[in-house]
Amino acid sequence: MDTSWYIVLSALLFAVGAAGVLLRRSPLVILLCLELMLNAGNLALVAFSRMLGNSDGQIFAIVVMVAAACEVVVGLGLIVAIYRRRLPLNVDELRGLRG
Amino acid sequence: MTPTAFAWLVLLFPLLGSIVIGLGYRVWPGRAPGWIGTGAIGLSFAASIGALISLLDHPDSGRQLSSTLWTYANAAGLDIKLNVFVDPLSVFMILVVSGVSTLIHLYSVAYMDSDRGYTRFFSLLNFFVFSMLLLVLAGNFVLLIVGWAFVGFASYALISFWYRRATATTAGMKAFVINVFGDVGLVIAAILIFREFGQFDYTDVFSRAPHVFHTNEWTVVAICLLLLAGAFAKSAQLPLHTWLPDAMEGPTPVSALIHAATMVTAGVYLIARTHPLFDLAPTAADIAAFTGLATLLVAGTIALVVTDLKRIIAYSTMSQIGYMVVGVSIGAYSAGLFHLMTHAFFKALLFMAAGSIIAAMANRQDIDRMSGLGRAMPFTAATLIIGALALSGFTGTSGFFSKDEILSFAADRGGFYLIFTVLGYVGALITAVYSFRIVFRVLVGEPCPEARELQETGQVVHAEPENPATGEQEDTDVGFPGAEHHIAEQAPPMRIAMGALAFLALFAGLVQIPGVDEVIHNFLAPTFADSKLAAIQPSTGAEWEGLAIGTLIALSGIGIAYQLYVRQPGTTARLIERLGPLHTFLLHKWYFDELIDILIVRPALAIGSFCNRTFERVVVQGIVNGTVDMVRGAGGVVRTVQSGFVRSYALLLVTGFAALALYFLIQSS
Amino acid sequence: MEAVAFFAGAIGALGGAIAIIALRNPFYSVLALIVHLVSLAGLFLILHAEFVAAAQVVVYAGAVVVLYVFVAAYVGGVQEPAWEPIPGQQFLAPLLGSVLFVELSIAVLGSSLKALDTDGPTIPLGFGSPGGIGRILLERFLIAFEAASMLLLLAAVGAVVLAGRRRASGEGGDGATPSERFAQSAAERMVEPETQLGRPASEEGGGPIPPTPGPAY
Repeated sequence: MDTSWYIVLSALLFAVGAAGVLLRRSPLVILLCLELMLNAGNLALVAFSRMLGNSDGQIFAIVVMVAAACEVVVGLGLIVAIYRRRLPLNVDELRGLRG
Repeated sequence: MTPTAFAWLVLLFPLLGSIVIGLGYRVWPGRAPGWIGTGAIGLSFAASIGALISLLDHPDSGRQLSSTLWTYANAAGLDIKLNVFVDPLSVFMILVVSGVSTLIHLYSVAYMDSDRGYTRFFSLLNFFVFSMLLLVLAGNFVLLIVGWAFVGFASYALISFWYRRATATTAGMKAFVINVFGDVGLVIAAILIFREFGQFDYTDVFSRAPHVFHTNEWTVVAICLLLLAGAFAKSAQLPLHTWLPDAMEGPTPVSALIHAATMVTAGVYLIARTHPLFDLAPTAADIAAFTGLATLLVAGTIALVVTDLKRIIAYSTMSQIGYMVVGVSIGAYSAGLFHLMTHAFFKALLFMAAGSIIAAMANRQDIDRMSGLGRAMPFTAATLIIGALALSGFTGTSGFFSKDEILSFAADRGGFYLIFTVLGYVGALITAVYSFRIVFRVLVGEPCPEARELQETGQVVHAEPENPATGEQEDTDVGFPGAEHHIAEQAPPMRIAMGALAFLALFAGLVQIPGVDEVIHNFLAPTFADSKLAAIQPSTGAEWEGLAIGTLIALSGIGIAYQLYVRQPGTTARLIERLGPLHTFLLHKWYFDELIDILIVRPALAIGSFCNRTFERVVVQGIVNGTVDMVRGAGGVVRTVQSGFVRSYALLLVTGFAALALYFLIQSS
Repeated sequence: MEAVAFFAGAIGALGGAIAIIALRNPFYSVLALIVHLVSLAGLFLILHAEFVAAAQVVVYAGAVVVLYVFVAAYVGGVQEPAWEPIPGQQFLAPLLGSVLFVELSIAVLGSSLKALDTDGPTIPLGFGSPGGIGRILLERFLIAFEAASMLLLLAAVGAVVLAGRRRASGEGGDGATPSERFAQSAAERMVEPETQLGRPASEEGGGPIPPTPGPAY
């Protein structure tokens, strides 16, 4: 399969992730959708790395994974903190910052 | 010392006096401000005499001197200096102004005693004299306007001297507003002069005037008419005269100085000074002459019926200034100015006597309440009679020589100027009648209660302080007249001043007897030598004819007054009954106040209230608030984007990204 | 052969992705994530990225998902309400998703990348192997490596601070920790948003401050 298939698949996964972020209300699921988007990016990176015969894309993908892990850690910490304070776990109801 | 050095001294002393009195207002004891003020003006008068003597050292043709102290502005084509112009006309004026002012200051030292505003009075009075002298000595139009404006301010401050009286402050405002109207005319005239000549200096403008203008060119006529606007406002001629009777709200010395002898003559001085321009605009000169004539007659008729003593004398002033305006407009410059001088003497004297009478009547001014004061106040009565005789032009008095000289000049000029002579004599008759109306009503007859008390006890009557015009109660604190009233018989300074003026009123005319000596005329000749009308000189015979007619008229006037007020006292009452509407018309001062109210005051107020209520609220506030509301509305709309929903923010983000990507896709294809 | 593997991986990844956004129970979504991640690992293997595939399984499917499972268990299932407060969101989201997909596809496929429809050049033997990756990571991308480790440290500290329980001196009278007491007061303060729910956004956002009164005429 040539590279373009992988790219299209990556675009599709990214779009699904984006739709998920816009649709779901639980912060946990939103984080999961963010993971989806990041992974789609990883897929594109690795596919291009194969297309160019260059390992740089794979290194990039590893660093992205590191960043995703950190982000998940902080995000989950936030969710736990929100839960601890008995606040509703619903992004629609957490809207204090508004004009 | 040179004449101009004396001129600077003449200006310096009153200014210093005003400042010194004003700065030490807490410190001066008793009558000190009065003596300092009188001394300052006395020194100024001495300096004027010095200026006169040193000027006479110069030959006739070299008597026009100018001296500059420093330059105000020298930029953009303007060159305005602080300079004085000393020539026979200005020396004449400063002698009259400083001389009469000294005597009035002396009078006020005693008259205003016990007034809580004594110091303020003398500071302002000195400042007024300074402004008047500045006006007269100014060497260019800008400085003239400065002096003009200062004089207007001083007049306002002194009319409203008793500032807690509502009538006084209203009168002050009225005077000031009408004077500002004249000031505007004067300023516009100065601008036009600058436009034509590029200069404000007298010597420059007047020497070049015949070369710049043709006769009756519309520019020079416009300039002269605008100058006349200023002159009429200041000299209380029709139609800008309504402020002068109201100005009698000020203390009597103020009326004597400002509204008889000096400020109101500024207009006459202006016309005389700018005579080269008026020479080139005979139309404007004729308009001035006819206005003076009209004022003369209107004021005379009103003086026959009003019952407030000071207001009768005020209308008399207006009428006599009409004579002066006629004089300087038709070319009788020295005659008009001579009448200015004699009028200053006898009018100031009349006001001083009136002040004494009003004090005796416990500050009441209504002649209906006065009678028989002659026995109780002999000195005042004598001076009043002398003043009235001079005013009527009785033979031998100063007024006799001055008034008729104007009228015979008019006759000599011929043509339609005979109207001035004829109507001038009619006015003289009316003048004689009302002057002796005052004399006979106030001095003769059954003594009124105040007179009786004065005669019996030698004490001036005490009464509750009240506003003479409205009768409302007052007190005697600051802003109101003082508690004590001083009459001439009991106050030496008043007697000295009045005596000096009485002497001058009787004998000052002797300097200008036709055919015998022509001191004034010869003295002023160099100033007016360049006038086209300088050659007109009535023959001695014609002048004596005029004097004879004048005597006749004066005697007839006195006789009529005697008949009306002494022999058959009920005549006036019957006349009032029969000629009711005429009497009302005259009593309401020919309804000029009402006319101006309808023509000018009400429309101005309407415009003001329209602007305030409608324009300000709807248009201005509408624009301002409208802009604010628009911005606030826009902000409100934009604010809805910040909904707080994370998902809508994400939606916007994705939408923006999609749009951007679309744009780039389209771009690259 | 490769095509079969590709489609297997693709369907697994796609199915897992759709399952994540479609399933109501967040716990099930996490499980769907595992499926997705493993499928992606398979795709990485096809692309000769063995180390990345291994890292994906160990780090992602191993550690990160475990974290998710813990939190999902702690937090419990959240019933998302059916009513949508933001008008148009439910309609626009899939639309935008498809727009995004179409655009990205066009962008990549329509670009002049010549090698896009090839399989790629012949790659050396150590391509994608741990040794190969390691050498590049520590030689060429050393700074990125160090920065990534710094990032990890920050994230760890941050997480501890965020979710850590304050060890107070003695428990409070009612048995609540200070943070719980704070949470109670915060909850009381946050009662407002619940009452404020129900008012449409426009009224909240556009509510004007009353204009200052002008001078009376």
